[in-house]
Amino acid sequence: METLEAILAEHPFFAGLKREYLALVVGCAANVRFECDQFLFRDGQEADQFYIIRHGRIALEVFIPGSGPLAVDTYTDGEILGWSWLLPPYHWQYDARATQAVRAIALDGKCLRGKCEEDNGLGYELLKRFAHLMERRLHATRLQLLDVYGTRR
Amino acid sequence: MVPVAESAVVGPRPADPMRPLRYRVEQVRRETHDTFSLRMSPVDGWSIGSFAPGQFNMLYAFGTGEAAISISADPGNPARLWHTIRRAGIVTHALGRLQRGDMLGVRGPFGSAWPVAAAVRHDVLLIAGGIGLAPLRPALYHILAARKEYRNVSLLYGARTPDDILFRRELGEWRARLDLHVGVTVDHAPTSWRGDVGVVTTLIPRAPFDPANTMALTCGPELMMRFAAEELADCGVPRERIYLSMERNMKCAVGFCGHCQYGPTFICKDGPVFRYDHIHHLLVTREI
Repeated sequence: METLEAILAEHPFFAGLKREYLALVVGCAANVRFECDQFLFRDGQEADQFYIIRHGRIALEVFIPGSGPLAVDTYTDGEILGWSWLLPPYHWQYDARATQAVRAIALDGKCLRGKCEEDNGLGYELLKRFAHLMERRLHATRLQLLDVYGTRR
Repeated sequence: MVPVAESAVVGPRPADPMRPLRYRVEQVRRETHDTFSLRMSPVDGWSIGSFAPGQFNMLYAFGTGEAAISISADPGNPARLWHTIRRAGIVTHALGRLQRGDMLGVRGPFGSAWPVAAAVRHDVLLIAGGIGLAPLRPALYHILAARKEYRNVSLLYGARTPDDILFRRELGEWRARLDLHVGVTVDHAPTSWRGDVGVVTTLIPRAPFDPANTMALTCGPELMMRFAAEELADCGVPRERIYLSMERNMKCAVGFCGHCQYGPTFICKDGPVFRYDHIHHLLVTREI
């Protein structure tokens, strides 16, 4: 069976990370599973984790009063879910629901924040990686906002 | 032109490309709230003959006008001529009112084709957005008919909502195949949707392909194609193996009138299928 360290070391998100930093990250990691339709987190809850999805699909949903929940993004194998743990006030701003059974690695955000404060080098490395993720998501979201596919109803 | 009595499916382009042939609507299929497909057959003994994946015809709604519409049919079975049309203007609305038995004019086929022969022994990515799946469907038919000639084949498709997805039945059949990777994503969806949500470019890293040995064919809104091409290039797909199907207002379809001028080219005769390395600078040029 693959260890968490081996799995994280192979993940592109951690490519190039020093071994000692990777060891600190592994110390905050745990395997988790979610059943289909189970929520990983809910809007407004404390954001104390992020997830590396190993298998399955998760929908990021926003609740529209009078209309109900709407999926605005999905995450699947190999992708990273969640950065609210990184920035105050550390609260989730969406619901994340498993739309298939999910296997993931959960990383404890509180634990990682503490280690980043102790070692700013680790903090900088993680921040660079999350900034790249955010940039890609922002780019995709802008394209999504343009509603380019067809005529409006 | 090809006399139907001799061969309804194979033959040279009509001698006079400005002269429409009369076709009769054989079948109308509603695809989505604003998109429909027409199957049509010739009535005067002459057909447009064979066509290549990616080519288009000028469809003439009598008394209203013409519109350039990509052929969405199987090039291996050109007698069953399908066009898939989104209601967007006066002509396409008129075409949308046609019913079985009604007549329309057809000129074509025109334009450049998807490089399905050059894609042999390559991984192939077909990336479609919205109505852009229709011009790619003939390429997919062709590839699936000669599946062993190609390596990994992926169809990545983005639509606005689940209700806007084209060719649902066929997408289901394609998804069931073990030799085809199919990714479908929508911009937003109700919770009953179990598939992906997000722009089509997010599907690219999830597809199985070797960038250095990949041929990518993309069709959809211009902005979507531009971002898809940039994502592909960032992944390492050579620019000369990325193809885009461009769209402009086409009138004559043979390069006379200039309505579809695109920089130094005319989309009707030099395109609609272009190599990305030939036009990437035009995609970011406003003054054309």
